[in-house]
Amino acid sequence: MNTHSSAKTPDCTTLEIPVSSGQEEEYYSLRMGPQHPATHGVLRVDLELDGETIHRCTPRVGYLHRGFEKIAEHRTYAQGMVLTDRLDYIAAMANNVGYCVAVEKLLGIEPTLRAMYIRTIVCEMSRCAGHLLWLATHALDIGAMTVFLYCFREREQLLDMFEELCGARLTFSYPRIGGVRQDVTHHFMEALETFTDEFEGWIEEYETLIDTNRIWLKRTMGIGTISADRAVELGLTGASLRGSGVDYDVRKHRPYDVYDRMDFEVPIGETGDTYARYRCRMEELRQSVRILRQCLDQLPPGPIICRDAPDLVMDMSVPQRCRAAATGGSALIKLVEDRGVYMEGDVYVSTEVPKGELGFYFISDGSGRPYRMHIRSPSFIHIGALPELATGAMVADLIAIIGTLDVVLGECDR
Amino acid sequence: MEPLEIIEKITEAFPGEVLDSTLHRGQGAVIVRRDRIVDICRRLRDGKTRMNHMMCLCGVDNKARDMTGLERFEVVYHLYSMSERHMIRLRAQVPEEDAVIDSITPLWSGADWPERECYDLLGISFRGHPDLRRILLPADWQGHPLRKEYPLRGDSEWQGMVRLKEKAMQLRRFDFYPELLADSKKK
Amino acid sequence: MGEVNAKGRHGDDLVEVGESVRVIPGANTFLAPLNRLVNWGRQGSIWPVTFGLACCAIEMMDTGASTHDLDRFGIIFRASPRQADCMIVAGTIAKKMAPVVRRVYDQMPEPRYVIAMGSCACSGGIFDSYAVVQGADEFLPVDVYVPGCPPRPEALMQGLLKLQEKISKEQYRWSRWR
Repeated sequence: MNTHSSAKTPDCTTLEIPVSSGQEEEYYSLRMGPQHPATHGVLRVDLELDGETIHRCTPRVGYLHRGFEKIAEHRTYAQGMVLTDRLDYIAAMANNVGYCVAVEKLLGIEPTLRAMYIRTIVCEMSRCAGHLLWLATHALDIGAMTVFLYCFREREQLLDMFEELCGARLTFSYPRIGGVRQDVTHHFMEALETFTDEFEGWIEEYETLIDTNRIWLKRTMGIGTISADRAVELGLTGASLRGSGVDYDVRKHRPYDVYDRMDFEVPIGETGDTYARYRCRMEELRQSVRILRQCLDQLPPGPIICRDAPDLVMDMSVPQRCRAAATGGSALIKLVEDRGVYMEGDVYVSTEVPKGELGFYFISDGSGRPYRMHIRSPSFIHIGALPELATGAMVADLIAIIGTLDVVLGECDR
Repeated sequence: MEPLEIIEKITEAFPGEVLDSTLHRGQGAVIVRRDRIVDICRRLRDGKTRMNHMMCLCGVDNKARDMTGLERFEVVYHLYSMSERHMIRLRAQVPEEDAVIDSITPLWSGADWPERECYDLLGISFRGHPDLRRILLPADWQGHPLRKEYPLRGDSEWQGMVRLKEKAMQLRRFDFYPELLADSKKK
Repeated sequence: MGEVNAKGRHGDDLVEVGESVRVIPGANTFLAPLNRLVNWGRQGSIWPVTFGLACCAIEMMDTGASTHDLDRFGIIFRASPRQADCMIVAGTIAKKMAPVVRRVYDQMPEPRYVIAMGSCACSGGIFDSYAVVQGADEFLPVDVYVPGCPPRPEALMQGLLKLQEKISKEQYRWSRWR
């Protein structure tokens, strides 16, 4: 008996259409295609519906697969930095910092203290920018359009500061292996101080819009609930895990840069539903501001890149040998004979990006290019958890669940 | 617990499975055979090491590096304990002729999609996986891109792309500016 | 000018002005202003379909949001391609996604325009790999290219204004006889 007929779709993935045998229930197949205003990118979700309730939900990804890991094998470590911007493009600086920390561990070098403070500052600014966009799109999907416009107003301030710092608004590549590319200006520090003074007021403004709004509470409380054990089994990290009550933040467990000197708390939720995750992320915004203030107060003077940085940026005050690896045919970069720079071996380093735990697994074979770079992306794992959260919910709740998991398809598909 | 202690625990409990162990930049790794990988992971999760978080699962093609003591493929697992705050790396060796290994989805449901990605990009199959099919590439893609012999730009054009370009050429006569569609025979 | 060599539908004399181009004499007095009117209407209300693929989509959202506003140009984003007349391909086109892009383009009614936003849509960008289409023009006719990685909101606005210029120069795109 043929229980399923299949239809070929343009991208050659079959859509299974259940065929009724008369006694079984017939489910309505609906595809939320890759082009959709509320799927946070090119995510396709095949739904089997019983009225409005989801009987089965199959997310399909790969519509933004660009081949990062294969490309990275053909680039030097410094060139690979550019690829990491395009992972979680909403908070690109956090990915860059994660990549730098991983490569520095691979090479066994330590960045300068000032560079570590600057990297912490930009990482937390990225966290703010990322959470602002998360709130904007999550609220827009649920229906609150005003929050979108308010959040983008603040995000523009952050992007203006980023532009002053390194010239780019979205894809920065500003941190370097061993430090950062250029120093912060006095004007940047003043602008950041003004921002930290005003931002808490803006967070309160967003909360007055939706926090106790009846519609928001009905759309988020009790939706997408997951228990702590199940969340750990599914591999969730970041605020999606902390909303269920699990205390796991990479900044506290395996501190990098200057997070061990910072005094901040990690908000933990209780109920594990969409509302708990929303409260976690709003608290994280406040803690980010706290970290930014401490960094600004404690920022030490000094060089911004360490002496053994294997990069294209050279500290012009001290004569140095060029230490970058060859890219085959380029006249600017000379081949490095010093084999001590890139030892053979492998490391796995993960950092806390706004979406969760971003990990880089590098295998080095002694040449200037990674033998293998694997990116452990939180969005990939979170979308894999979507069927469990969405089965039994209604179609409108599916939108809220995709929003609360905070996925970005660039990071998921790599 | 220090990495060396964890490595010792694994070697004591599974003496025939451990081929080698390394310690690099403070991170311990154990090279194991693929046969009892589920048992090893279960022991690490439920035993004193309490490694409840499966951080990362990926595949590696060892063809282009020094392969003494290694097989063609490896599946690398990174396990972490949230309570004890220690991690370990397991490198399970998978030979080329019989590229199959047990799936650890019974222990961690979150390993489902990383294993599918491993299958898609490297061609390693997972026994016991609930739904093993391609995830990042189209279903009728030929080849496994992360293998070392696969060129960066791909070896042959995907059939879907060929059909799409033909269709675009056919529909060109309905466009207002037909010359805008670039000649598709470049590169 | 040419000789009279055919009769029009109502018995007017058609004039041949070039190789197989025949015009009704004096018609241009009415048709040229009609062109201008239609073009003015079209360029003042370009409605793009929301087609953000990757990072450029965020800059597109930025351009449409508070600080740089697109609504003042008459540009309203529509979710359905059937109600849109422009497609801003913003981001990298993976080969798996390419048939879907073409399908959305085919669903748009005439007149339709395509803006390739970002280096990846123009030419593949930094992703010269097995999975990325090297430019939207491999399977789509592109009207305006906006390079950048990602292009600034001002750059996207300039691209849209260029599209408005292009539309203003069109002739007889509203007519079956061209």
